[in-house]
Amino acid sequence: MHDQNGSVRIGVYICHCGSNIGSVVDCKAVSEYIATLPGVVVSRDYKYMCSEPGQEMLEKDIAEHNLNRIVVASCSPHLHEHTFRAATAKGGLNQYFMAMVNIREHDSWVHTDKRAATRKAQDLVRAAVARVAKQKPLDKARVDIDPKVLIVGGGIAGIHAALTLANAGKKVYLVERAPTIGGHMAKFDKTFPTLDCAACILTPKMSAVRAHPNITLWTMAEVTSLSGYVGNYDVQVTRHTRYIDEDLCAGCLECIAACVYKQAKVDDEFNEGLGKRKPIYLPFPQAIPQVPVIDRETCIEFKSGKCKKTCLEACGERHAINFKLEDKVENVRVGTVIVATGFQTVDAKRLPYYGYGVYPNVFTSLEVERLVNASGPTAGEVYLRDGKTHPKSVGIIHCVGSRDEKTNKWCSRVCCMYSLKLAHLLKEHTGAEIFNFYIDMRTPGKGFEEFYQRLLNEGVHCIRGRVAEVTDWALNPSEEGKLVLRVEDTLLGVVRRIPVDMVVLSVGLEPHKDAQEVRRLFNITCSTEGFFLERHPKLAPVNTFTDGIFLAGCCQGPKDIPDTVAQAGAAAAEAMALIDAGYVEQEPNTAYVIEEDCSGCKTCVPLCPYSAIAFREDKRKAEVNPVLCKGCGTCVAACPSGSLQQHLFEDDEIFAEIEGVLVHA
Amino acid sequence: MPDNGLVKLEGGFEPNIVAIFCNWCTYLAADLAGTARMKYAPNARVVRVMCSGRIDPQFVLDAFANGADGVLIGGCHPGDCHYQEGNYKTLRRVQVLKRLLKQMGIEEERFRLEWISASEGDRLRVVMNDMVEKLKKLGPLNYKAPAETEAAEPEKAMAGVAGR
Repeated sequence: MHDQNGSVRIGVYICHCGSNIGSVVDCKAVSEYIATLPGVVVSRDYKYMCSEPGQEMLEKDIAEHNLNRIVVASCSPHLHEHTFRAATAKGGLNQYFMAMVNIREHDSWVHTDKRAATRKAQDLVRAAVARVAKQKPLDKARVDIDPKVLIVGGGIAGIHAALTLANAGKKVYLVERAPTIGGHMAKFDKTFPTLDCAACILTPKMSAVRAHPNITLWTMAEVTSLSGYVGNYDVQVTRHTRYIDEDLCAGCLECIAACVYKQAKVDDEFNEGLGKRKPIYLPFPQAIPQVPVIDRETCIEFKSGKCKKTCLEACGERHAINFKLEDKVENVRVGTVIVATGFQTVDAKRLPYYGYGVYPNVFTSLEVERLVNASGPTAGEVYLRDGKTHPKSVGIIHCVGSRDEKTNKWCSRVCCMYSLKLAHLLKEHTGAEIFNFYIDMRTPGKGFEEFYQRLLNEGVHCIRGRVAEVTDWALNPSEEGKLVLRVEDTLLGVVRRIPVDMVVLSVGLEPHKDAQEVRRLFNITCSTEGFFLERHPKLAPVNTFTDGIFLAGCCQGPKDIPDTVAQAGAAAAEAMALIDAGYVEQEPNTAYVIEEDCSGCKTCVPLCPYSAIAFREDKRKAEVNPVLCKGCGTCVAACPSGSLQQHLFEDDEIFAEIEGVLVHA
Repeated sequence: MPDNGLVKLEGGFEPNIVAIFCNWCTYLAADLAGTARMKYAPNARVVRVMCSGRIDPQFVLDAFANGADGVLIGGCHPGDCHYQEGNYKTLRRVQVLKRLLKQMGIEEERFRLEWISASEGDRLRVVMNDMVEKLKKLGPLNYKAPAETEAAEPEKAMAGVAGR
């Protein structure tokens, strides 16, 4: 077999992947068949090609047999393409003289018929042999990395990543949608299993963000567009106005006291609607930035234009309040992005049989977090919805909107532990009798099981069974005026009715309503349930499929605070690894123009979404800017004269592969 | 054909399917189906391209000319393209190509475009099985180009149409 590259000498390696491939595909039969194909000089099967000996074998063969092309049939190229490219390069060949065949994910793992699976592997490897012969040597292009980082989301994940990077001397833009950073963690009272105060560990970090010279904090802000590529992302951030100039405000909060609303009357979002705020408010005392915000929807000046504007008077000479302030658009360039947009809790109303919104004394776990919080709406007094009665008995239902075919199938990971924490806190605050209703008690984590044992010793009842319903229908006098939980106690094997004063629904974690829009904005992928998908579940847990965009926290999947912080640190480290390298190597799969064939028809020019193709008036030819080209190949498919080609995906390479998989090719 | 160790499949007609998948959505969906050990018919051979927008209609014609009984194109859902809008270009080309194939007498079930995202491993399984089932009912592609009687190689017979 000869082509423009001279005599082709191919080495083919069929990986057993232990028994992952070998138990379904007859790897020996594949390698023996492939050995009969023209151009194939070496054809072997081996237990683990990705292992050190596997790679060394490949490298040695290149030298010994004077190989100039390599085919490795193993797992998905998304997993090990770089491994075998590196081995090919180490053997002395251009790394793009290697073709990879996926006979694991696409073959042995999805088929049961061994003959058919073996045949499929033979067809696929034969195609790769045909393809690799056409492949050309290529070089990776280097692009510089802008050292600035964009972090989206100011919860504990975003805060930790921002501080880590800022402390390492990197400039960070931290963008948060809410008027304050802090996220869900700011709402919590204590954190499991150590019961340290959430505010005590979070708020110093929040202040540090505000004070850090390397962090630019934009609250009430959203990323509205992102373009560019790894190292050079152009970001547009829209900063919604709070009608109070952050630069002028001293944070005295006198405007809030001076508001014409003498009583706070608006439902307070931070307190889950359990408390009230004014139209001008600070979300919570330790909010960062310490700048109030005016809510357009409830402010009389915005509604009628006839307010006395006592807030303006109170602000006095500072003139920080300005009803005419408008949203601002900021355009910045960053090299990397960390997406840490968090989660939302399941709307308890989706499970009508638990009576949330019907029976006043059914609460969500987040509401109870605020009730037990000393800085919450009741100053830490746990009252029923009437605002004066302490509960004497509480039922906590686990897995509300988790592990449930009707709502969300996944385990939200934190609910067992936070339910136990709330059980402890409720008992501590009220002395009430507490019942936890669980499906399985999941306490995998440092100190978690010990915490569970501690709770059992404190006398908290744990009943194994999924609660069927919460009802106020009393069957006997002891149930009058109570909420009755109907549940099968699966350890006793009996159906029980347990009357309580208060029910707590341990709501699960799910992706934000607008996670799909965020995903599109950042060109990342979601897994089935809607959380953002990591590049590899084990080996690249904070990377995405888009280079330079990383994930941290619950936007990637439910996790607790320690895991979130660890992941945020990992994302920061990944960003830093790119920044400190100073450049990134890009896949050379860009399009290029064969000038002598180009007729100058300009078909390709408007097709490119990145404006990478220019029409050179002087030559009357199209020209691809390889820095802007992202390598989709759309223009290549459209070129009527075949004068556009794509490196790594040249027409003749793809034709060879297509004809190669078909038998009589 | 000499016995070179190529496994021969017994039993009835097994359709040959060339599947051309984009790197970011459908190829990953097939990876996910593998990781989840979903089981589906082993008839398709996947060719990876970076974007479904790279798929030149000639690839499809070439596959049919070389013995494919069916061609499956997989890309990202509209709005989800890794390259912003390559899949819209695919859609436009596929519409034209479908009419062309029909005029050539190639049944429409033989050529399929599916949007399968990286999370839809099960959708991939369903599509694969469904296509194999339909092609089994349809039987092999008996494409007889007018020139085929003269030209031994099917590729040449298609040459006039494909314009390679």
